[in-house]
Amino acid sequence: MYVAVKGGEAAIDNAHRLLADRRRGDRSVPALTLDQIAEQLALGVDRVMSEGSLYDRRLAALAIKQARGDLIEAIFLVRAYRTTLPRFGCSEPVDTSAMMVERRISACYKDLPGGQLLGPTFDYTHRLLDEELDGDAEVEPGHQRADAHEPVSRIADILGGEGLIEEDLEQSPLEEPGDINQTPMEFPLSRAMRLQSLSRGDEGFLLALGYSTQRGYARSHPFAGEIRIGEVEVEVFSPELGFAVPVGRVQLTECQMVNQFKGSAKAAPQFTRGYGLVFGQSERKAMAMALCDRALRAEELGEDIVAPPQDQEFVISHCDNVQATGFVEHLKLPHYVDFQAELGLVRAMRAEHAERQAESLPDMKEAAE
Amino acid sequence: MQAEAHMLEGGFAEPVLEAQATFRAVMDAMARPARAVKTGSRAAPPAPLTPLAGAIACTLMDADTPVWLDPRLSGSEAVRVWLGFHTGVRFAAAPTDAAFALIGDASDMPPFDRFAQGTQEYPDRSATLILQLDSLEGGAPLTFRGSGIKGEATIAPHGLPADFAAQWGENTRRFPRGVDLVLTAGDRLIGLPRSARLVAREG
Amino acid sequence: MEAEAHIAARKNRMSVLARCKAGRLQELWDGLGLSPVHRTLRGPESGLVMLRGRVGGTGEAFNLGEATVTRASVKLEDGSVGHAMALGRDGAKARLSAIIDALCQNLETAVLIDAEMIAPMRAELERADETRRQQTAATRVDFFTMVRGED
Repeated sequence: MYVAVKGGEAAIDNAHRLLADRRRGDRSVPALTLDQIAEQLALGVDRVMSEGSLYDRRLAALAIKQARGDLIEAIFLVRAYRTTLPRFGCSEPVDTSAMMVERRISACYKDLPGGQLLGPTFDYTHRLLDEELDGDAEVEPGHQRADAHEPVSRIADILGGEGLIEEDLEQSPLEEPGDINQTPMEFPLSRAMRLQSLSRGDEGFLLALGYSTQRGYARSHPFAGEIRIGEVEVEVFSPELGFAVPVGRVQLTECQMVNQFKGSAKAAPQFTRGYGLVFGQSERKAMAMALCDRALRAEELGEDIVAPPQDQEFVISHCDNVQATGFVEHLKLPHYVDFQAELGLVRAMRAEHAERQAESLPDMKEAAE
Repeated sequence: MQAEAHMLEGGFAEPVLEAQATFRAVMDAMARPARAVKTGSRAAPPAPLTPLAGAIACTLMDADTPVWLDPRLSGSEAVRVWLGFHTGVRFAAAPTDAAFALIGDASDMPPFDRFAQGTQEYPDRSATLILQLDSLEGGAPLTFRGSGIKGEATIAPHGLPADFAAQWGENTRRFPRGVDLVLTAGDRLIGLPRSARLVAREG
Repeated sequence: MEAEAHIAARKNRMSVLARCKAGRLQELWDGLGLSPVHRTLRGPESGLVMLRGRVGGTGEAFNLGEATVTRASVKLEDGSVGHAMALGRDGAKARLSAIIDALCQNLETAVLIDAEMIAPMRAELERADETRRQQTAATRVDFFTMVRGED
């Protein structure tokens, strides 16, 4: 039997009002501005852009404020907002080799052209809390060094030709890459669609999976071939103008992970690559993505699928934190009727169980005697 | 290629309101099949695309909905430029690749089964065909039954393919796969979703 | 050749207009004292563009995620048409950028606008880029080899 019930409107209204009140907090503390969030909590904003799959710093900042700093809730808000806007088209693929680099490091080559550029990194900080930041002390601008602009070469350019490392992939003018926003997922997915999914996947989930590949769940033996962070130009082809129009720049983090590959019947041993590309400055995420991308190429490279990170269905179906949140949190919704049904079932099973116990008891007595 | 200015004029003057009004009209037409719905909203596209078909295009089409134009419409560069500019659609080379089709001359259009029919799992991956007719009256009477129709509904649009009845019967047999039609003439439209079944007439 | 040069100049202008700050653009525009009569052909409207990357950095295209963009198209009294599209959701800036693009279809006006608006904004953007480039350069690691050997 299904019983419809109504009620709770007043409670819900008041809960929302209370949420607004608690969100604002102590009124004697000034309210946060979106500029403050976008400028000073920039990496949180980047995570919301990346996993919300929408590049717009101000919207991400608003979402963080509205979500009281709950980033997954903020990501949910951004995803919902996205659906209200029309899609004008697609950009030309961005050229990360022409990136205006703010950070670029390689763990494979010490002296690669362009150098090791540390940029604004947490690396080499001592992870000691800085009491100075509990205030608004003057902060000096970064040092400058007038350098000749040395082009920042890509990792594959360095060992290129020797065949030691997987060559750069060719551009194919093939059909449109699939879009997980438009088509229900059907496995196996193309690498292009997996990358789209991973790029907006949950950082924590991908981090854990990437970590597991290092610990032996899918042998990968990775090196951080190159990580670069910086801005790239975005161009959108305009049919009415007949050329691609520059629409501004976006900040991206790219990771080329280099992995040992023993080779197969078809291919000689060489280094293969896993790829990560995410919005904003999100190094951990780009690295985790690259590890997962490489693990998911198992089938393509003829490796045995022995661990969860190599299983497309497992990784891609569970990496989206909006989906995951929806399904986990829906358990909060009333399940009164389901539960009543289960209660009845458990009662019946208990009765049966008790009956069986009672039946076997005399036997046991006999056995004891 | 750079578009001529005159090909770019004639979009919705009030995009949000007019798109909403047109959407409402199309939705009503689909919910009440075989019944003409009047709509006041019009775009001003270049001929031979009609103001109503142009308005429906501006409302329903975007970069994610490839559209196929019949030769009558695709022959006009102005129509293609206008649609591209105001809706962002891409043009499908073949009817099977299209989410929408705009048909300028329905009497000579490809058979319905040449368009995307959807799959058993995803019947929504099918085409919606928007037909520009001379008139929604004066043709052979067609009587339909089905969801959204109280009893029966009869229409007599003029300018449909000669073998419409046979083709629509096939379309019904493919259910849940099949195409949906929007018939337009002047400022009125009729929806014929695949659920509308043609009632056979003796004689 | 002329057409190519025209497109290159137009793209350059669009790149600066897309990246400049709205306040700075308005300030320079007000300084010119132009107020052309125009009609809107499309927008200003905000929407999404799917940003694409390449698999492995160089391979086939894949969809990375979307970005907000705002676009506008206008037509001036003399029939010139201007288009603008930029990341973000600033409709007023998109409309003004489209008007500027339309005005620049007239070569004389283009010279004026390039000199009075585009050139200074480009210089400012380039200066900002150079500062950041030099700040990054200051974080470059200069490796040096410690003296090795057994004395």
